[in-house]
Amino acid sequence: MAKYLLLKHYRGAPASINDVPMDQWSPEEVSAHIKYMRDFAARLETTGEFVDGQALSPEGTFVRYDGEGRPPVTDGPFPETKDLIAGWMVIDVETYERALELAGELSAAPGAGGKPIHEWLELRPFLTEPPTITE
Amino acid sequence: MDASLLRAIAPAVIGVLVRRGADFATAEDAVQDALVEALRVWPDDPPRDPKGWLVAVAWRRFLDAARADSSRRQREALVEEQPAPGPGAAADDTLQLYFLCAHPSLTPASAVALTLRAVGGLTTRQIAQAYLVPEATMAQRISRAKRTVAGVRFDRPGDVATVLRVLYLVFNEGYSGDVDLAAEAIRLTRQLATATRHEEVAGLLALMLLHHARRPARTRADGSLVPLAEQDRSLWDTRMIAEGVEVLQAALARDRLGEFQAQAAIAALHADAHCADETDWVQIVEWYDELVRITGSPVARLNRAVALGEADGPRAGLAALAELDPALPRFTAASAYLHERAGDLASAARLYAEAARSAPNLPERDHLTRQAARINAQLRG
Repeated sequence: MAKYLLLKHYRGAPASINDVPMDQWSPEEVSAHIKYMRDFAARLETTGEFVDGQALSPEGTFVRYDGEGRPPVTDGPFPETKDLIAGWMVIDVETYERALELAGELSAAPGAGGKPIHEWLELRPFLTEPPTITE
Repeated sequence: MDASLLRAIAPAVIGVLVRRGADFATAEDAVQDALVEALRVWPDDPPRDPKGWLVAVAWRRFLDAARADSSRRQREALVEEQPAPGPGAAADDTLQLYFLCAHPSLTPASAVALTLRAVGGLTTRQIAQAYLVPEATMAQRISRAKRTVAGVRFDRPGDVATVLRVLYLVFNEGYSGDVDLAAEAIRLTRQLATATRHEEVAGLLALMLLHHARRPARTRADGSLVPLAEQDRSLWDTRMIAEGVEVLQAALARDRLGEFQAQAAIAALHADAHCADETDWVQIVEWYDELVRITGSPVARLNRAVALGEADGPRAGLAALAELDPALPRFTAASAYLHERAGDLASAARLYAEAARSAPNLPERDHLTRQAARINAQLRG
């Protein structure tokens, strides 16, 4: 099994094909989208492939150390051009192909007009624990 | 064998051990062990005196632990000090335990965890699941909390207000897992109410009951939120509402108003309306005035503005809102709602979408997005 991080972006990913802001959809389309996302996670739980999923607030801050005895320096909110993560899902699957397949399914979530959003999701493999047998 | 009966006895057992000379941290661990043992043994071999059984087993565990990490002399001194088991002041012990677990030196998260474990008798795993953190993390939080209160005298009376804040957090910010934290908070507040006659304990119990009674109507089968005005009121638990109102009236009769009683009074007025249109908004605004007077809380002012929008019309609500800080949580959502009521649909749609972006949780975000979508669809005609 291999773990992958599926990243969804508020900003920073290439534009989706069906790229309409959610508040411009019909209420039924909003509900259908939410149901699709929930069902997707629920199904992965039943197949034993779901690890974790969280949504993030768009508010965020950069922070860094500023030397002994000083409070940390903060920066933000981010400029419009900045990459901004909306949420993630961690999956644990047999193969890379399976990870691609699931990411594709998630990207097909319905949006405006009930048609798939074709949203770009980022798929990132986890670095693994070293194996016990190395030769 | 009823696990909740077992958990109801747990605080008194800790109290007995502490009065026998055990330190709180070790006593609490020993009682957890005894609870686990009871769950294993009692189904086949129920004891005649459950509390006596737990005290005996926990005390043995405590002695084992003391033997493991203290000198022989200390242990013998403890055994000799052990008073004869007697009827003991169970109510007082339970009350002291609430004070200790909500001690002001603890952070709110630590006080919540410690209260659920020592007073509530929940296992570390159950608490960890409920707050979505790893079990090892929760175990550390609890043991750090115990170290923090290690020097606190068990017999010193504490401040009921700190205990109420902890119980309110358990009720209001419980997440998930196999333990119903809202129900657990009610159980703990009810237990506290039998140990002390403080009006605000009754006020908080009433508040919890009145909100819990509406829970079945608050979400649809698909998990989406249902605003109060749209709730199917036949789903409200009328027995729980009746109990909440009764508890509240008894508290109010003592004429020592506090924030929880005022909040419960508002909840009771909502519960009293057979449909949203029958809601007595004028009285609700008066109770918000009381709440603002007592707490000075900006959140109470925000809610008051929304209530005023119902009592005196959306323009009055918007005027009250204009005096508040727009950075307040849910300010934009309240503004969106009042703008819609005032007929300014374009602003309402824009504000709902903006509120969705700053929503603190997913169900609220989804709800606000749907509101924006609904009004935009209306505007498109």
